[in-house]
Amino acid sequence: MTEPILQLIDCTRVHGQGETAVRALDGVSVQVQPGELVAVMGPSGSGKSTLLNLAGALDLPTSGQVVISGQSTSQLRPDDLAALRRRKVGVVFQDLNLIPSLTAAENIGLPLELDGRRVSEARRAAVGALHELGLDDLADRYPDQMSGGQQQRVAIARALVGERRLVLADEPTGALDSVTGDGVLAVLRARCDAGAAGLLVTHEARHAGWADRVIYLRDGKVVDEAVGR
Amino acid sequence: MSVPLSLLALLSQGPAYGARIKADFEERTGRAFPLNVGQVYTTLARLERDGLVVADGGPDDEGRIPYRLTDAGRAEVGTWWERPVDRTEPARDELVMKLALAVATPDVDAHAVIQHQRTAAMAHLQRLTRAKLALSAPGSPPQTEPVPTPTSLSDEVVLEHRLYAVESELRWLDHVEGLLLHRRAPQSAPAPSVTLPSAASATAAPSAARPAPDPSTPISRPAAPDTRH
Repeated sequence: MTEPILQLIDCTRVHGQGETAVRALDGVSVQVQPGELVAVMGPSGSGKSTLLNLAGALDLPTSGQVVISGQSTSQLRPDDLAALRRRKVGVVFQDLNLIPSLTAAENIGLPLELDGRRVSEARRAAVGALHELGLDDLADRYPDQMSGGQQQRVAIARALVGERRLVLADEPTGALDSVTGDGVLAVLRARCDAGAAGLLVTHEARHAGWADRVIYLRDGKVVDEAVGR
Repeated sequence: MSVPLSLLALLSQGPAYGARIKADFEERTGRAFPLNVGQVYTTLARLERDGLVVADGGPDDEGRIPYRLTDAGRAEVGTWWERPVDRTEPARDELVMKLALAVATPDVDAHAVIQHQRTAAMAHLQRLTRAKLALSAPGSPPQTEPVPTPTSLSDEVVLEHRLYAVESELRWLDHVEGLLLHRRAPQSAPAPSVTLPSAASATAAPSAARPAPDPSTPISRPAAPDTRH
């Protein structure tokens, strides 16, 4: 069986201590395989953001394990954790994804440059990533020269540049109109169909419809799961 | 759905015989409302009786009689486009009846009814989204905004209606679940977490994917006092 790109194994995250402790996530297990897009739904305060932070190695579980591409986040030193985030995990937020003073290609190549790759090499990888999405003509445009939908597609390209195979998307269609938003989700879907692993946090059932599986959280626990296909 | 008015609308584009009208109708309504040709000819006969269409000459070599609109028929179509469809009397909906009864029947676990329905609806939404993806970009993700042909746009309109209907149903189910939690929770305490048979084993791994709920399985509430008021 294929090794999952992301595994949360019986993860609990408690914020605070004693009487004021809040159990934001409570014994949650999630796996995302290559080629899979998993959506996470649930009301406010259900633990969606906590789950995303753990999956992106921005936070560590109080108990349980998060394993990204075979590495357990709890067992890494801070430097190694930062390298794991940089090399293995891409994140697409609702907005403010791109650095305004950099072109699309420079934005996409940035994680590689930060990782010590040469500028020319990062540029080559960025142009390749844009080409895969049919966005070649955006390479030298700045964010303010692109539509919102184009910016989000570039953000997805950046999330999966280099050796990154895990994309975490937090309401990635935010303020986009429904038709443009569908285009962005179609790109995310296509990248997962091509072998990436995706975790999509959304409160829109319509968006969760693009996923292979939908997990419902309530009060920090998985209370239901819907499997399509 | 008004088949007679739809046929009049098609005939407003020019004379046509029954089989041609049937094919045009199905193509332009996303193939979602199949007609049999006998139904078309019966309808044409009624429309002719009512003075809205008339035979446009005699039968052709294959015995087919083309029909065209009369002035009265053209006026009828014009009125149809201008008049809003009456949606104030919704059709009887089994799910609405079932859930309304569930919340009012003490020995039925309405949460479980909601959960099972939501799982099924989400799986349906996922299938529809897949169908939409295949429709809008067969073989590859949409790279640029597609230019719709009249037929593909009609297909999309019908499919989108189904998607929005399922999305609406999911939102309604979430809302009803929220109402239930709110009604049952003491005012000073947080809402109780939902415990369902499926929740205990939900690890969200593909191998643990829960099968679709068996509609024949009776849903009964655990023996607990009913605290609704």
